[in-house]
Amino acid sequence: MRKEVTKHMRAVRIFIRSIRDAIKSVFRNFSLSFASIMCTTITLILVSVALICAVNIENATKSIEDELNIVVYLSKDVTEEEINNIRSDISSQDNVEEVTFKSKTEWKLEMSDYNDTFETVLNYLDENPLMDSFIVKVREVEHLSDTAEYIATISKVDTVKYGEGMVDSMVSAFNVIEKIVVVIVIALIIVTAFLISNTIKLTIFSRRSAIEIMRLVGASNITIKLPFIIEGFIIGVIGAIIPICITIYGYVILYSTLNGHVFSNMIVLIKPYNFVFWVSLVLLVLGAVVGMLGSLKAVRKYLKI
Amino acid sequence: MKFIELKNVNKVYKNGVTALADVSVGIDKGEFVFVIGLTASGKSTFIKMLYREEKPTKGTVMVGGLNVGKIRNGRVYKLRRKIGIVFQDFKLLPKLTVFENVAFALECVGLKDKEIRPKVLSALERVGLKDKVRSFPGELSGGEQQRVCIARAIVNEPKLLVCDEPTGNLDPDTSKEIMKVIEGINRDLGTTIIMATHDRDIVNRMKKRVLLIDHGVLAGDYAKGSYKTHEGS
Repeated sequence: MRKEVTKHMRAVRIFIRSIRDAIKSVFRNFSLSFASIMCTTITLILVSVALICAVNIENATKSIEDELNIVVYLSKDVTEEEINNIRSDISSQDNVEEVTFKSKTEWKLEMSDYNDTFETVLNYLDENPLMDSFIVKVREVEHLSDTAEYIATISKVDTVKYGEGMVDSMVSAFNVIEKIVVVIVIALIIVTAFLISNTIKLTIFSRRSAIEIMRLVGASNITIKLPFIIEGFIIGVIGAIIPICITIYGYVILYSTLNGHVFSNMIVLIKPYNFVFWVSLVLLVLGAVVGMLGSLKAVRKYLKI
Repeated sequence: MKFIELKNVNKVYKNGVTALADVSVGIDKGEFVFVIGLTASGKSTFIKMLYREEKPTKGTVMVGGLNVGKIRNGRVYKLRRKIGIVFQDFKLLPKLTVFENVAFALECVGLKDKEIRPKVLSALERVGLKDKVRSFPGELSGGEQQRVCIARAIVNEPKLLVCDEPTGNLDPDTSKEIMKVIEGINRDLGTTIIMATHDRDIVNRMKKRVLLIDHGVLAGDYAKGSYKTHEGS
């Protein structure tokens, strides 16, 4: 029991000394540490930009997809019974999520609210010139046009409207962009790990005699590795500070400058709060983990005999 | 069983060079043994095998009950903690003070600072460097640096002190001083000492057991005082 306790105490002391040595060594080899920190900083900034783009694109695609409806206008001579038949026909489609009926009276009210001219014109006419309609919400946007084409074939359906062409190409363009951005993020992470590992390899190369001596005086492998791993952690965390600041301030400023949307009201940016903190957390963890793995990879080379 | 025992040890390097061929020898606890031989005779390999810098290709090397050839890489430190090693090139860390260099060996093992201090000071006292505690290796003479190296080797109170040409870089007078220190460790602490050297004066003067290695073969095992320098050794 007593032996166990002293064993733990030793491990704790070795851990504390490793932290001390790691901090010392970051500052003693400052030029090399600085190089590692800078390369972490630059790549993490790129990761941050790519990440913010990816998540925003994903979000925009989703919200655009949510807004995509098929509007089905019915013939003027449609009867109550036919309306019900058409509704059940549309609802029976696999891709249809929701069907809402919107009568011509509702349209009239809505349009009258929207514009005074409309109101005047519509009131001037004896008969309501508008048509009864269904608003159809689909499950998969990819099959939107198929569903629309089918609905158009139902009798007593006058016209079917959806954002033909433009919507299709926008959605597929977004999908492609999103995939590219994900690839870029992953590539950047790998590059960062590689760069950090190489820069730390340089700092370790300058200390290989210390490692050799540690081995000779009977330091266990983990005792030797620990300071370097902690050093990688410190470098990763310091390297993440500037990207985090840029992320938080940059995104908040960007959001308020653009009033929360890009190009048109359709592409809405994600609200900065909480979002920037999540991105920052990802950057911090990424910096720390990549730093540790990089230095672990580098120090391993010198522990083989 | 002897404290150190080599049985039919062979060492062939990857490039095909045979460094040791069928070496068998036993060394008792507390002995002082010189290992002599020409450059490239295999004496360095012999020494390195004791602290598992090299593994035997064939045969067994036993040190204090541990089969050196069978120790896994991750466990080598267990052997190293029982052995003090003194090098020709000192292997001190230039950015650490004398005290820190010696303390380094104990910190690696995880001792308390309170335990480390007296041990380091007494080791430095033994090698006669108590007043240079705060100096850096670069400020010391060769002989003093070697003393630091010895202090670091003995601070852990090892049963075995392995010295690889400890006087190789030193002038004769300084060498004498260093040998006094090493002899004192052997006499006072009972530490087993194995020392590779090509300094004939030292070997002749000290009259200890001598192992002569020639072309990888144990060419002679001379008991205490029976060795006389002859041509070519």
